[in-house]
Amino acid sequence: MNVIVQSELGPGATVIVDRSALDSLLAAIAAQGYHVVGPTVGDGAIVYGDVSSSAELPVGWSDEQDGGTYRLRRRDDQAVFGYAVGPQSWKQFLHPPNLRLWRARRGEDGTGLEILEEPTPSPRYAFIGVRSCELHAIAIQDQVFLPGAHPDRAYAARREDILLVAVNCGEPGGTCFCVSMDTGPKASSGYDLALTEVLDGERHHFVVEVGTDRGALVLADVPHRAAHDADLAAAAEVTAGAVARMGREMPAVDLRALLLANYEHPRWDDVAERCLTCGNCTMVCPTCFCTSVEDTADLAGDEAERWRRWDSCFSLSFSHLTGGDARSSSRSRYRQWMTHKLATWVDQFGTSGCVGCGRCITWCPVGIDITEEVSAILSNPTPSADAT
Amino acid sequence: MQSIEQTLAATRMFRNLTREQLAALARLGEEVEYADGSRLMIEGEPADWFFVIREGFVALQTDAPSGAITIETLHNGDSVGWSWLFEPYLTHFDARSRGATQAIRFDAATLRVRCAEDRELGYELMRSFASVIVERLQATRLQLLDVYGRATVS
Amino acid sequence: MTPRAHRVVSRRGETADTWTLALEPLPGEELPLFAPGQFGMLYAFGVGEIPISVSGASTALDPLRCTVRSVGSVSAALCATAPGDVVGLRGPFGSRWPLAEATAGDVVIVAGGLGLAPLRPAIHHVLAHRNEYGRVIVCYGGRSADELLFMSELEVWRGRFDLDIDVIVDIAGPDWHGKVGVVTKLVELAAFDPDRTFALLCGPEVMLRFGALTLRKRGVPVERCYISMERNMHCAIAQCGHCQFGPKFICREGPVQRYDEVEPWLKIGEL
Repeated sequence: MNVIVQSELGPGATVIVDRSALDSLLAAIAAQGYHVVGPTVGDGAIVYGDVSSSAELPVGWSDEQDGGTYRLRRRDDQAVFGYAVGPQSWKQFLHPPNLRLWRARRGEDGTGLEILEEPTPSPRYAFIGVRSCELHAIAIQDQVFLPGAHPDRAYAARREDILLVAVNCGEPGGTCFCVSMDTGPKASSGYDLALTEVLDGERHHFVVEVGTDRGALVLADVPHRAAHDADLAAAAEVTAGAVARMGREMPAVDLRALLLANYEHPRWDDVAERCLTCGNCTMVCPTCFCTSVEDTADLAGDEAERWRRWDSCFSLSFSHLTGGDARSSSRSRYRQWMTHKLATWVDQFGTSGCVGCGRCITWCPVGIDITEEVSAILSNPTPSADAT
Repeated sequence: MQSIEQTLAATRMFRNLTREQLAALARLGEEVEYADGSRLMIEGEPADWFFVIREGFVALQTDAPSGAITIETLHNGDSVGWSWLFEPYLTHFDARSRGATQAIRFDAATLRVRCAEDRELGYELMRSFASVIVERLQATRLQLLDVYGRATVS
Repeated sequence: MTPRAHRVVSRRGETADTWTLALEPLPGEELPLFAPGQFGMLYAFGVGEIPISVSGASTALDPLRCTVRSVGSVSAALCATAPGDVVGLRGPFGSRWPLAEATAGDVVIVAGGLGLAPLRPAIHHVLAHRNEYGRVIVCYGGRSADELLFMSELEVWRGRFDLDIDVIVDIAGPDWHGKVGVVTKLVELAAFDPDRTFALLCGPEVMLRFGALTLRKRGVPVERCYISMERNMHCAIAQCGHCQFGPKFICREGPVQRYDEVEPWLKIGEL
């Protein structure tokens, strides 16, 4: 093989890494001390786990997704990244589902209180195969947890030294709508390396774009060669194909304005008839961040802990007030989720909370489709109270 | 002290009355003073009077086995009594002075006849009392909600 | 954010189910300074944590006072603490009453039930800077006489010539000789200049809406009415999602909010 060590392998560079060198890339990343996590096949789905060689990636697998439907299927080729996102997202690593925040001890005299803050490890994750929608999701959660006077220590430590190896999508899922959310299928920023898998007969390689010096540093130890115009064109064709085959579409309107004007739309009653308020959509959503804390004590009552766990605005107690639950109907809870995701998120964090990954549609047991719900309101808007 | 007419002109519930109507009303009023505990109105008696409180404090009460229960208290500028407007013209609650109360007492029996003759005056007075009734109804609804019951900040 | 240990130095019963705890940091620790209107998160060992109204401590000289109503397991545990016990405290969090903006004009304080607790530091501030304000009026409504907070202090305030305080109850027992009715009645009766009045309201949400409506009828512009809202604060730093109210995190943008900024949202049921 023709190994070219480029002198200018910096951000903005594009090179070719052959399929056969993918293990070399994974090894180079691990050699830099990263904890490498990537897509694997497990429990009948694409899930994220430790990856040490390309053989552990879902080679030759794809998926079929629709409202309430997810199935793995065999591909008739050996594509490494030929599937869309599965039920998990990277938030489980950066914002763990269960996290002990601190422990507490009573003092010697039984009345004291000593708080032992939980150490916040920095695992130096390398995420392999991060889709563009997921890069956007991480950037969105960054806005939730990092700015302001009280950044989340656990999130910040996990996020800090992360290496993001993105994969540009060539195979969108049936519920994907990133094009209409302007979040994909091609990664535009926020990655250290971005791979486009080109598989065409005998030819099987990755067009690799370098996003950061950190990415360049990893790549320096990996066999690669110069990318030519034809390679770039082939890569562009891959993502163009994904655009053309996008499963769903969010209406191209000002979603914030639409939803804020339709808090009393009859469609909320309609969706409440179907919604089981199971909270699946919030668990699989890569941006949903809500949590509750649970305080526990040992039987002797001398030691206590606080755990933080993912919670959902679909759970009844989530909006609990002294006089009752603020959102007692399914109508109001679905409305809270969707208006937050698409409308009030903009007020809070400056962007939409939706990245168009389609997980909430796929994993909804009754196949409620957020794009369809928006379309229904859009097709028959009713001017509501003067909320702005 | 203000004249009766001046007091009425400054009373919010009568703000829509014309000068002539205020004067007509004032002619049926007389200044009265009640000592602590004395009753302005007695439950079940003919409702031939109504009052406007100038200075003081009047409790609307009803008797229960445990003693008199105060339903509402009325204060400066408030009117006391609206049963004079509606058949069978019988008072519903006791109205008891708390401390000394200065009020204007109106001859409602005569005013009823006057209102039947002068429909415009009757209409304006009905509006005045309706606004009072509405305010008291809203307040009663709020009380019924029992909002302080366990529904406030922790 | 972890709680910091504070010692309960005194505990006073306000009503049958409501207690005011005075807290002090452990030796060597600094007293957190809560501005009037801000709230704290109080932790009962091993039981849990709840948002609480800070009812005292606008100054470094006072102990911190928290008024807690026993309604759930955590508040019950907090109310059951004894002097010497240690609890955890996080804070201060959230927005404050607009006491700087309100100077030079009249201040109308409308409190319902436990809502007097977070207003108490505001009243203290105004009284401590009395010459900076015009008339100061406190309208306090409660369910019944035995559910009123700070009774002895209410008596002291009633004796002052530079503060008009009026109390009204929904339900009068035989011993109650004060006013009977709803707190909006006190707002109707109060003497203030609406053109230069700031109104601060705290209490049940229904009372807040009716209170603001009455103030509007009296001519106080809605942008000079401020309310303190209750929501289910957990993290208190806008990261857990519980206290969302439309676009707002009540723990961060609230609890004190300008009424015109929340009014449209209050009209949406089950928000």
